[in-house]
Amino acid sequence: MAKAIEVDGLTKFYGDLLAVDHISFAVEEGELFGFLGPNGAGKTTTVRMLSGLTRISEGQARVGGFDVRRQTKEVKAHIGVVRDTSNLYLDLSVYDNLMFAAQIHGVPRHQRHKRVMELLEMLGLASRKGQRFAALSRGLKRRLTIAAALVHDPPILFLDEPTLGLDVKSRRLMHRLIKELHAKGTTIFLTTHYIEEADRLCDRIAIVNHGRILLADTPERIKRKAQGEQIVRVSFDGGGDELPEQLRGLAHVDSVEAMGDGFELRSERVSELLLELADFARSHGLRIISLNTARPTLEDAFAQLTGIDLELMRMERKNAG
Amino acid sequence: MLDELEKAWYIALKDMKAYYFKPPTISWGILFPLAFAFAFSLRNPQGLRELAPGLLAMSVLFGTSSMSVGSIMFERRSQSFEQALQAPISLLGVVLGKALGGLLFGMLVCAAMALTVVVFFGASILRPALAALVLILSSFLFSAFGVFLALSVGREFDAMILANSVRLPMLFLSGVFIPVSRFPAYLRVVACFLPLTYTVDLLRHSLVGGYDLIPPLLSLLAILAMTAASLWGAVRMLERKLG
Repeated sequence: MAKAIEVDGLTKFYGDLLAVDHISFAVEEGELFGFLGPNGAGKTTTVRMLSGLTRISEGQARVGGFDVRRQTKEVKAHIGVVRDTSNLYLDLSVYDNLMFAAQIHGVPRHQRHKRVMELLEMLGLASRKGQRFAALSRGLKRRLTIAAALVHDPPILFLDEPTLGLDVKSRRLMHRLIKELHAKGTTIFLTTHYIEEADRLCDRIAIVNHGRILLADTPERIKRKAQGEQIVRVSFDGGGDELPEQLRGLAHVDSVEAMGDGFELRSERVSELLLELADFARSHGLRIISLNTARPTLEDAFAQLTGIDLELMRMERKNAG
Repeated sequence: MLDELEKAWYIALKDMKAYYFKPPTISWGILFPLAFAFAFSLRNPQGLRELAPGLLAMSVLFGTSSMSVGSIMFERRSQSFEQALQAPISLLGVVLGKALGGLLFGMLVCAAMALTVVVFFGASILRPALAALVLILSSFLFSAFGVFLALSVGREFDAMILANSVRLPMLFLSGVFIPVSRFPAYLRVVACFLPLTYTVDLLRHSLVGGYDLIPPLLSLLAILAMTAASLWGAVRMLERKLG
């Protein structure tokens, strides 16, 4: 399959700061490829280099078959870019913003109005075409920013944190839109620090931190790489404050974490643990209300394989929202 | 080439729609030169005819550069400046588009000022075609210069401060109010480095005839050279911003 994006030794220095450290990867045509990592990992800098908005310090990159350094205009003609902020023109109307995008991206004159109206209808913005961009809600601004990136029907789309700061409804809408674009064959390069978003949407994910790619694979294979641990979720009817310590004392338990009104136990030997739990409940006069097992999530695998503090990432998301 | 010019034109059109009625554009681009003209007319109504070349030049300077500086300032603040950079257009095309937006606004301001000095103060225009050419070329020069200044600053808020730091001294050192030929020698040298000097002198030649310091052909060449330098400087500033 042809490569939509090929990167070899891509590097970016800002003075002495090494923001992107000699990364290499390739994205197939039609693939939805995720760049997952915390703030400062180098995700946005990578997008900016690949889209010609920031100069490459070292290394090679080809997008859509064009060399990013020497054929920047051709690259830009074949990509759409949605930045992490909704950065259209505040004083222009919804319609005028999209029309301007169509004009400078070379959409033929006779097709512009039709294309603009199609996108406005598709994204539920047609009734607001006369409204100033500044007056739109955050979710609607995001939709219009994506529309502006799609107006010239690019085969490759860069989405930099597309759902950052959106409410649940807007995020779901965005995910649906991304899936529709993916289904149509658009190659999508997505950066995010929402692990569940990467898990849900991406064909493959590269986990990045400190400017380096730590791991790149499908979500399923990444989860399987997490060291064979499985999760048992159990809740009891009864039990005192000493219950967590007692559970930690079980032979086949690796860790215990309180979750709501129950506990999440991790173990590499789930079958043995289940028998232990049954014995434990019986010997302590407890009744098991619920018991189920689960495979490690991408979040578990992410934390285990990268050592990145998930709590830190959650705080960053919260602050960004 | 045509494709680049077409896209530059669309950038100018977008700027017209978005920024022509923004407060800094109106206050610095229109009200400031009008206030000066009004102040001088109160002091010496007859002297306004003599000041007409300088007042027109001042309108061009402030009208065009306020628009180009203001539009870039707003767009850098909202990060929408990158929309043009994401499109398949060269950096020169982007700069041309921004300069064109300022030029068109400047022409509107000039037309209003020219009407004022001719109709209300009885100034005459000896060589209308040359006057029109000078106003168009100077509008483009000052607009491009404004683009260069706006892209030179690190923080977008500093753009108008820098522009005024350059424009206001230029007003008094370029022959707008007092002919440069009456300056001390060292100030005449300084005046030769200021683009407004050439505009004032050429407008004097086209409105009332003669020239103050520099022969008209040299002034024309200087305007063209400074325009090229401003465009080149603006592109270099943009390249630096790309890291």
